Amino acid sequence: MSSGKPRTIAYYPGCTLKTTGKAFEQSAFAIAKVLNIQMREIERWNCCGTVFSLTTDDTMHHIATVRNMIRVEEMGESEVLTLCSMCYNTLKRANEFIASDPVRLSELNDFMYKEELKYSGKVKVRHLLELLRDDLGWEQIRSKVTKPLSGLRVASYYGCALVRPEGAGVDNLEDPSVMEDLVRALGAEPVNWPSRLECCGSYQTLANKDLVLERTEHIVSSARESGADLIILSCPLCEFNIGTRQVEVAERSYGFKGLPVLYFTQLMGFAFGLEAKELGIEDEATIKLITEMGAA
Amino acid sequence: MIELGKHTKSRRDILDKVERISEVDVFACYQCGRCSGDCPSISLMDIMPNQAIRLLQLGEVEAVLSSKTIWVCASCFTCTSRCPKGIDIARVLEALRQVCLRKNIDQLDLNNIPEEERERYPTIAWVSALRKLSG
Ligand code: SF4
Ligand code: SF4
Repeated sequence: MSSGKPRTIAYYPGCTLKTTGKAFEQSAFAIAKVLNIQMREIERWNCCGTVFSLTTDDTMHHIATVRNMIRVEEMGESEVLTLCSMCYNTLKRANEFIASDPVRLSELNDFMYKEELKYSGKVKVRHLLELLRDDLGWEQIRSKVTKPLSGLRVASYYGCALVRPEGAGVDNLEDPSVMEDLVRALGAEPVNWPSRLECCGSYQTLANKDLVLERTEHIVSSARESGADLIILSCPLCEFNIGTRQVEVAERSYGFKGLPVLYFTQLMGFAFGLEAKELGIEDEATIKLITEMGAA
Repeated sequence: MIELGKHTKSRRDILDKVERISEVDVFACYQCGRCSGDCPSISLMDIMPNQAIRLLQLGEVEAVLSSKTIWVCASCFTCTSRCPKGIDIARVLEALRQVCLRKNIDQLDLNNIPEEERERYPTIAWVSALRKLSG
């Protein structure tokens, strides 16, 4: 139901959704409007650090997360929504690492004595995919579809941060289905493909670009060979690596054929009948591909 | 008993440190190789993840600390998720990186990144690479 009181939730954007990943945020707001979800951006949020520190002896590495949790509680909220898989993973794990140990929690609270509020340890970090599946349900998503994407074959790319390690993800770590279920709700056809859980090389894009080009070639080709028309994902770093970097792969690998890469929110927007412009999609070929499906 | 004989005091100290930082017991590993089989960075590694764990068991800490392996790892948690012995390999590699980084030895030379590349990188790439590869 889109009438009535909206479902409100505190929203943590993270740095990349304000820069190269703007289209992710823009399309998320657009579909949230259709679904009557009100995302309230946290004031004075800071970067989460993007990667969860794996050291157990250094509480300081988790301070960025705790500050953000304080901002959430200042809003009177007990949940925070993320879009970016890496923010989700970092905030969720750091939050649990700190909140599960009263000593660590009080150490950090003491350190941040200038904050007016002490963090209770009770905020829950959630990803938009969880909200769609668990709070709204696929039926409600389906009811908003005005242009079913019938015939479109979509490869859902999970990568790492959305599912690993055990307990940190939005779904089963070896056999997730949340994105495929979403694809089905939009009237499109989920592709079964072998590389959906493989890593794109992540931050090695800076230090070892060739590794990422090799990963991208492998992942995109795998989706193609499995019959996909496009790939959807949930991370602006994956988007850069397996999306933007396809141009470089094509330059060095003769015969490589790319695929459009979209955020899952952009695909939802299309099925909800929104314009490409509202979803931050500029690539003409992608727009043509999807609109032809919707019209069919 | 197997004569390891290579656990000198300084090596033992580093191993202790790795264990303290990671809270992982590397001696639980039985060398099945699963961790290396699914590693996305394997093509750039000089020693495989399971070999790194074995070398640590043998006390050969220098060989692991000076390897490329610890720096080309992408922290994807595939090894961690699939180890039948529940060993968090990604954590061990992070501890090894930290042993180096806490001595202020940076691994990321920004001068090596061409100017035109720098401008197009997403913020998330900068922050994550700097957090993993510099002190
Ligand atoms: S998967 Fe686990 S037990 Fe097997 S070699 Fe790797 S660390 Fe050892
Ligand atoms: S966490 Fe590192 S070592 Fe383990 S599979 Fe991923 S890249 Fe390889």
